[in-house]
Amino acid sequence: MTKIVFIEHTGTEHVIEAENGKSVMQTAVDNMVPGIVGDCGGCCSCATCHGYVEKTWVAKLPPKTDDESMMLEGALAVQDNSRLTCQISVQPELDGLVVRLPASQL
Amino acid sequence: MGTSVTVIVGAGQAGSELATSLRQHGYADSVVLIGDEDYVPYRRPPLSKTYLSDEVTLESLFLKPRAAYEKHAIECRFGIGVESIDRAARSLRLYDGSVLRYDKLALTTGGRPRRLSVPGAERSNVHYIRTVAGIDRLKQQFGEGKRLVIIGGGYIGLETASVGIKKGLHVTVVEALPRVLARVTAPEISAFYERVHRGHGVDLRTGVGVHALEGSGDTCTVVLADGTRLAADLVVIGVGLIPNTELAEAAGIEVSNGIVVDRYAVTSDPDIVAAGDCTNHDNVFLGRRLRLESVPNALEQARVAAASILGRPRVYDAVPWFWSDQYDLKLQMVGLSQDYDDLIVRGDMDANSFTAFYLKDGVVISADSVNRPQDFMVAKRLVAERAAVPSERLRDDAVPLKSLLQATA
Repeated sequence: MTKIVFIEHTGTEHVIEAENGKSVMQTAVDNMVPGIVGDCGGCCSCATCHGYVEKTWVAKLPPKTDDESMMLEGALAVQDNSRLTCQISVQPELDGLVVRLPASQL
Repeated sequence: MGTSVTVIVGAGQAGSELATSLRQHGYADSVVLIGDEDYVPYRRPPLSKTYLSDEVTLESLFLKPRAAYEKHAIECRFGIGVESIDRAARSLRLYDGSVLRYDKLALTTGGRPRRLSVPGAERSNVHYIRTVAGIDRLKQQFGEGKRLVIIGGGYIGLETASVGIKKGLHVTVVEALPRVLARVTAPEISAFYERVHRGHGVDLRTGVGVHALEGSGDTCTVVLADGTRLAADLVVIGVGLIPNTELAEAAGIEVSNGIVVDRYAVTSDPDIVAAGDCTNHDNVFLGRRLRLESVPNALEQARVAAASILGRPRVYDAVPWFWSDQYDLKLQMVGLSQDYDDLIVRGDMDANSFTAFYLKDGVVISADSVNRPQDFMVAKRLVAERAAVPSERLRDDAVPLKSLLQATA
């Protein structure tokens, strides 16, 4: 199990013991964390699992695929540390990852 | 938990999301989620894609594990159907004879595949794409070298054709209309998909209906209206969806091509909401009633329905969008293209990378993006804003699409 911290835009924190191998998006959905929607189910078609990864973690994550980069290019309120969380697989080395959620996914 | 009870009938994506949304927004009373399939609510889109091609497991289709529902006090009753609704008594009768009382009821009953009404269509090698059980049965026959005839050139049929080719089957697609995807896209886009499928080796026959399925045993003959006889080891039928409205209708709830709901997802009975493929809703964005068969619609309408149950109603005003994966083509669509008067293609169709914008009176009403997620994301906003964009600028790939957004803001 790997600890992932989700912080809603309101500041509410959700500390989740995540199953390795699942996506960060699925981890949030499994735990009914508000603020991550994941409408397309993880096929990188909707950008409703957008999150801001805490800066110290940005370089430790796997790089974005072309699809993810292109989806983010058109998404709302994108920052340098924006990721689509369906594209990040939970791994032991991500223990303590902090993901802040945008005010809206739609 | 309080004493009030919300019962959700139908454990598909809408039902699951409705239950989730109630809990996420602080609903503290009882929630019961009833579904007639044996499984925890699951994603259906992969059924005609990665689940059929064996690239993903059954577990990966589950929206969330059963434990997640239990942890949030959502009582799950799967593998059991609802026989009737007694609105006067505010109760439901299940097929096991049990009776459940409700204070609020949600109908998320989805739909079922339209059956092909020709002689011989009820055979063991004739398949429909809608449920895990159906796909598990199909997979047993979906082997390399088999002759697969697909009836219907819509998304289900074409996605199945794509998987068939990938798995080494001999694939024929029969479409009664003159072109594939005729109901949903422009002739130019249909022609593009027809080229792609033929290029991958699909024997695509348009403008010809099916007369009968003949033969016995493990193979059959698909007889077309023009007399052509196609030998098949298996047949997949994808000719549309019938909304599951019988339960509502028998209870006297208004039904008209779907369970009729208002812009708050409330039915003709104020204590009953409905969401997803089974509904005919008042779409504020489009300014008309329609029934949509799509996951984003099911999910967002379910959230709106939950808001109504919570007493915090909000209007359903989402712009419809859809996606379809075939071969290496990622198709994303937004808006509805009916009644467009101009089609602008940005990008390069021959390179499998383009976006087709549908305009009406100069306003972008819809777009189909192929392998252009960045265009799609902006197109969603252009459609939502009802943007009027000069067609030369839409067409010019050198003009960043995002700049067109700002220009119209």
